[in-house]
Amino acid sequence: MSIVSHLSASGDVMKIGIQGRFDFGSHQDFRESYDKNDSNVKEYNVDMAKTTYLDSSALGMLLLLRDHAGSGAVIKIINCNKDVFKIFEISNFDQMFEISAAK
Amino acid sequence: MSEAPQLKILITEDNIADCLIINKLVKDQGYQTIVAHNGLEAIDLFVKEKPDIILMDALMPKMDGFEAAKRIKLLIGDDFVPIIFLTSLNDDVSLVSCLEAGGDDFLSKPYNSIVIAAKIQAFKRMVILHRTVQTQRDEITRRNEYLLQEQKIAKKVFDNVAHLGCLGASNIKHLLSPMSVFNGDVLLASRKPSGGMIVFLGDFTGHGLPAAIGAMPVAEIFYDLVAKGFGIEKIIYEINQKLNTILPIGFFCCASIVDINYSWERIKLWNGGLLDILLKKNNGSVRPFKSLHLPLGILSTKEFNAECVEYDMKVGERVYLFSDGIVDLKDSEEKEFSLNGFADYLLKSDDSDEVFLHILEQEKLSFERNMSNIDDVTFVEIKMISEDVISNKHRLVQNSDLRGARDWSMSFEMFNQTIRDFNPIPLMLHITMEVPELRIFNNDVCMVLSELITNGIDHGLLGLDSQLKNSANGFQQYYNLRNERLNNLSGESLHISLRHLPDATGGVLVIRVVDTGEGFDFRAIDLDIPKASQMSGRGIPLLTRLCESIVYEGNGNAAEAVYRWEKTQDNNLL
Repeated sequence: MSIVSHLSASGDVMKIGIQGRFDFGSHQDFRESYDKNDSNVKEYNVDMAKTTYLDSSALGMLLLLRDHAGSGAVIKIINCNKDVFKIFEISNFDQMFEISAAK
Repeated sequence: MSEAPQLKILITEDNIADCLIINKLVKDQGYQTIVAHNGLEAIDLFVKEKPDIILMDALMPKMDGFEAAKRIKLLIGDDFVPIIFLTSLNDDVSLVSCLEAGGDDFLSKPYNSIVIAAKIQAFKRMVILHRTVQTQRDEITRRNEYLLQEQKIAKKVFDNVAHLGCLGASNIKHLLSPMSVFNGDVLLASRKPSGGMIVFLGDFTGHGLPAAIGAMPVAEIFYDLVAKGFGIEKIIYEINQKLNTILPIGFFCCASIVDINYSWERIKLWNGGLLDILLKKNNGSVRPFKSLHLPLGILSTKEFNAECVEYDMKVGERVYLFSDGIVDLKDSEEKEFSLNGFADYLLKSDDSDEVFLHILEQEKLSFERNMSNIDDVTFVEIKMISEDVISNKHRLVQNSDLRGARDWSMSFEMFNQTIRDFNPIPLMLHITMEVPELRIFNNDVCMVLSELITNGIDHGLLGLDSQLKNSANGFQQYYNLRNERLNNLSGESLHISLRHLPDATGGVLVIRVVDTGEGFDFRAIDLDIPKASQMSGRGIPLLTRLCESIVYEGNGNAAEAVYRWEKTQDNNLL
């Protein structure tokens, strides 16, 4: 599991890539990935292209990110594989986040 | 000395000159020394003085170093007290036998002070390291015991609050891992006072104490509100609100909730974030009910939606609820034991015992394959049965010593908006339960209240025809029509009055419901026990068995039920 984040040059788009299992063990890393100087961020892109697994604590972490982002920023969860997408579907998280499957 | 306390070194040497030399060498390094002259003395001093390191001559009178080392090693137990042999023997065999006797190292004579100092220093480091590890290990053991003890107590409290309710009922089968308390699953079931039951299966985020703590208020709200006669939507609403308030962001509870109505052969379902609820029908097909909502505890009351799905469920049909863990079960071909797989299995098997065995086997396999990865698995099957048989025996009760309200009357009138939005049954039930002797008849009273009030609204005010419910899609039509007409109510009212009076033999509760509707031809109703086709009638035949009398008046828009209870003659009857 590794989490890499990248702030766009303009400082308004934060990209967070999650590789491998996204579960309780990722808590610290995920938090650190966005908990930086990001007051200008208007959009978070959580890239799940390389995410193989997602559990309910991961869903909880996304809620924390949502809380952190506040109403001034959107969160897009992109490139979800079939299994990951299904978890979002069951939990109906698409009611709270923009979620898209891998192309 | 700032670091470890001064080490005590036991020197065992029969040769006086050697003994003096080595004693001086060791003392000069700053260690405390004690001296023995043979193996027996060494053992004796070891026990009395508890040295940290032992220097042991191999060949000595009375008992040699090999034997003494063996015995001391037995006494040492878990501790680490290195034994360094002092020997003039140089052959490999002798040196090996030093180590075999339990020695940790050896020093060859003649002594070299630099080598002695270095060896003692090296062992000193090992002794200190060993002690640190040992202290930490003991601390961990102690804490773990403490934690287990705490968990035991916590589990007792938990079991008392989140008890299993009516999970023992003959139409329920369930699988709940014994560790479920601390891995976040909660399974609750309770009979509704009006008949039927509600089952709640929840799966909290994460594991351990936070999950268990969250489950307690859920159980409390659930059992409290079901017993008071509240409907499933209200219960879901209240649980969500509670969890939304108490859980930190990022924690929530996925849940499936089913309300089973025996007399109407209907279920109401709500699924937020759990796997499909499956309904195995008598015709062999399987109907899935997808999760349509976010889990409990995420949305505020304003955003939350407690709307349920309703569906017909005939006697003998079975409904299945699952916790998440079930997808982690792998089937024998190593592929994910998916819910689709389970649905396929359900399609094949009509035997519920077989279905359970299948799940148990999967769980066992998965457990054997990967112990650490197994999530909690909770699984429950509920079968639709026909309405509980209600006995017509005399309702005998001991005179209660409790103070309470025994002679009173009240009336409550609802108008359009309240009729649409408010369920008066919990309120009415609350008042009737102030009669101490009536408490054990909670179910009867609730049933009579619900039937009369539902009749008054559905048939009296809304003019709905219960025959509608008998056709194939009738229920849906019935509900659509009901909602539509509820929203268009105007100028109507429903008047409920209750009166309770004690009499010579016990007491009488009179429930009167009057609606402003057009009434109906009450003479046409068959007061006999309903045949299956009449199940969705006005429930009146059922009431005639519970009540002393049911009387319709006016155009049929006023109904009065008299419910009687009697005191026992002798106090041992109950």
